[in-house]
Amino acid sequence: MRLFANANFDFLGHRRAAYAASGAAIALSIIAALFWQFNKGSWLNYGVDFTGGTIVQVEFRQETSVGELRETLGAVVPGAEITRFGAENEYLVRASDFAEGGREVGAVIVEALTGRYGADGFTVTRTEAVGPKIGGELQQRALLAILLSFAGILAYLAIRFEWRFGVAAVVAVAHDILVTLGMISAFQMEVLLPTVAAVLTIVGYSINDKIIVFDRARENLKKSGRREDLVTILNRSVNETLPRTVMTSVTTLVTLFALFVLGGEMVRDIALIMFVGILVGTYSSIFVASPALLVITERWKPQQKSGAPARTVRTGAAV
Amino acid sequence: MVGTVKGRILVILAVMATAGWNLYTNGLKLGLDLQGGMHLALEVSDPDGTFTPEARADATDQALKIIRTRIDEFGVEEPLIQKVGSDRIIVELAGITDEERAKDVIRQTAYLEFKLVKSEEELIAALPRIDRAIVQALGEEALTDRARAERPGEAIEQLLWGGQDTAQQREAEVDSIASARPLSALLLQSGSEGEFLVAESDFATVDRFLSLPEVRQAMPRNTELLWGSEPRGRGAQLYRSLYVLESRPFMTGEVLESAAAGRDPQFNQTIVSFELNRTGARTFERVTAQHVGDRIAIVLDNRVYSAPVVNERIAGGRGQIELGQAPLQEANDLALVLRAGALPAPLDIIEERTVGPSLGADSIAKGKIAGIVGVALVVVIMIAYYRFAGVLAVLALGVYALIVLGGMATLNATLTAPGIAGLILSIGMAVDANVLIFERIREELAAGRSVRMAVDEGFSNAMSAIVDSNITTLMTALILFEVGTGPVRGFAVTLSIGIIASFFSAVYVTRTLFLLYLQRKRTVEAISI
Repeated sequence: MRLFANANFDFLGHRRAAYAASGAAIALSIIAALFWQFNKGSWLNYGVDFTGGTIVQVEFRQETSVGELRETLGAVVPGAEITRFGAENEYLVRASDFAEGGREVGAVIVEALTGRYGADGFTVTRTEAVGPKIGGELQQRALLAILLSFAGILAYLAIRFEWRFGVAAVVAVAHDILVTLGMISAFQMEVLLPTVAAVLTIVGYSINDKIIVFDRARENLKKSGRREDLVTILNRSVNETLPRTVMTSVTTLVTLFALFVLGGEMVRDIALIMFVGILVGTYSSIFVASPALLVITERWKPQQKSGAPARTVRTGAAV
Repeated sequence: MVGTVKGRILVILAVMATAGWNLYTNGLKLGLDLQGGMHLALEVSDPDGTFTPEARADATDQALKIIRTRIDEFGVEEPLIQKVGSDRIIVELAGITDEERAKDVIRQTAYLEFKLVKSEEELIAALPRIDRAIVQALGEEALTDRARAERPGEAIEQLLWGGQDTAQQREAEVDSIASARPLSALLLQSGSEGEFLVAESDFATVDRFLSLPEVRQAMPRNTELLWGSEPRGRGAQLYRSLYVLESRPFMTGEVLESAAAGRDPQFNQTIVSFELNRTGARTFERVTAQHVGDRIAIVLDNRVYSAPVVNERIAGGRGQIELGQAPLQEANDLALVLRAGALPAPLDIIEERTVGPSLGADSIAKGKIAGIVGVALVVVIMIAYYRFAGVLAVLALGVYALIVLGGMATLNATLTAPGIAGLILSIGMAVDANVLIFERIREELAAGRSVRMAVDEGFSNAMSAIVDSNITTLMTALILFEVGTGPVRGFAVTLSIGIIASFFSAVYVTRTLFLLYLQRKRTVEAISI
């Protein structure tokens, strides 16, 4: 069995369609981000790791309800958010404070629950309490991680490839990250430290994907010398690597799918984020990275400027 | 030798044996989120910002030492207690079940002081000045509002029984008392020397007054007011003792030789009895000789636990801290922290994460199932698509899994919940190098090369892409490790080991398997790929 054997799709010829699709996705992302920014004051739903605050996960012996819990906790922890989580009688209590009047909110919650249900009526299965100082630090570090990884990748590609490949790859990866963040914002998924890890993994995977395509383009450029134009070479490179691009994407996506369905609540969100990110990354390896390289080359390489527009028209006409 | 097929097989077997052995002997270290436990980040408390950075660092170092001693005695297996940066302490306790108790043991300052109780006369003389200081600090408005808010019951009572006029009168009275004598109005005589009583309902108000810097300034020299350790009942009402003490202790807990928990059968209460060292015993003897008839307060973390009257000179240097009806375990913990020594300053918990053992076990179980299903899917896809070559890739994947787990055991890396996710994800990505190589071989075969040539070319042509892509992924993993904490670090480590292992397995192992196959069959017409 061989998928896409000798595939010869004119990906670059259809790049306007890709521009439209990517443009629409990014526009939707920005709209979602703006919508939440204006409605909730923050485009991302930062979790305790970044805002500081307290999460207590509680498993009850007996059946209870969100309303009953709200009644129990409303007075002592005003503004606590209560949701069901995972198993039957498991609930998550979220409070935006770490400490209140010198006492830790987590302890206050446990005390109030003990008063209502007795010490044996429930078990605290998880507590995450982050002080405001730590939250601010983690926010900085997460941002630093993302910026550093971009800088590192750009530098490495500039050394190993020509700089235009590096820029094109980073443009394509930025596209993937924008769309992924758009989804995280649109559905207001909780942003925690593992979310940052997931986004960085997408960066890693996606850049990996672009390198494979560009490595082939570099090889083909060397082989053909100046006999063929860039569009033809890029098209051939994308087509030649297409079976690999799809195959690796599929094997990665099936493992993520298994993780999403069976991995449990704790990893479901990051599995979903990586699934979407890798899906978008695969798309951009095929439809975005090469057009980006083409545009960058045409814009900034003066010696090719005269011939470039004509070539583009020719390929367009051949469709 | 490494170049020959035999040599290659030996290398692979050696790597597998090492990985397997390390995995078998070391086992995998599970993160707190998988085995359950508590993670705390603490910092020296400094609300007024009086510490210099050097003093902070010093206090942190001292606190670190004392926490180590305390945790050792507390009895937790393989605790992690370390300093991060210059002024933060991380404590990780695996498998702990009573988090509150552990937190208390870590956090209690346990600063023991011995102070003389002063006569209350001097303080009573200073009360008008202190009252004025409070009024000035808080403003009359705030005080009357507070007094009204705190006495709604009485106001209502007056409304019901005394009519409108009296209620207003009463309210005015409350207002004037609250605004003129905010503190002295709430202090009651106790009958004992150097001790006032405050109704439990006024405790928070008075405590707030006493913490005002203006009040501290208005105090007579070398005098301070400290609370008794717990409320006492008198009739139907609950009261707190407020002691008038010399602010300078004549002795501190440094002179403690030992401490042990016990029960006092006479008054049926929990106690911690302690013994002083020679210097301490001598000081104690001297002070008690000078102050027969006076009271001596035993102060722990700014609370007076007992204030016995000195009947005679006390030699021998023994004493006790009375804990009332507290459970014996609390006394045990107190004795423990007293023996370990006082913290140089109170500590603030700035981050706390606890995971119960059941949740961790659940994460492991679910991770296992997801892993098995994910791997099975990859195996099916690879074999269905690449046939014989797919089988080789799956064999290489087996080697990969062993190396990753063995590598983690060797590096003593911690497996966390996101780490499991990273592991499963890396299996999907691990076949990438094989996919690259196989696609190359197919291309070469399609271009009409012989099987041997195609395999050789396929491997060498795919190499640059594999190297470049692995290095960039490794770079992101390293950045994650540098910048991340806890579980995220675990994820980064798993990812890094995975990348290196996949390079070895997909490139070296698969190549060897191909070579082995081609060597066995002298003439190869076609290959199933």
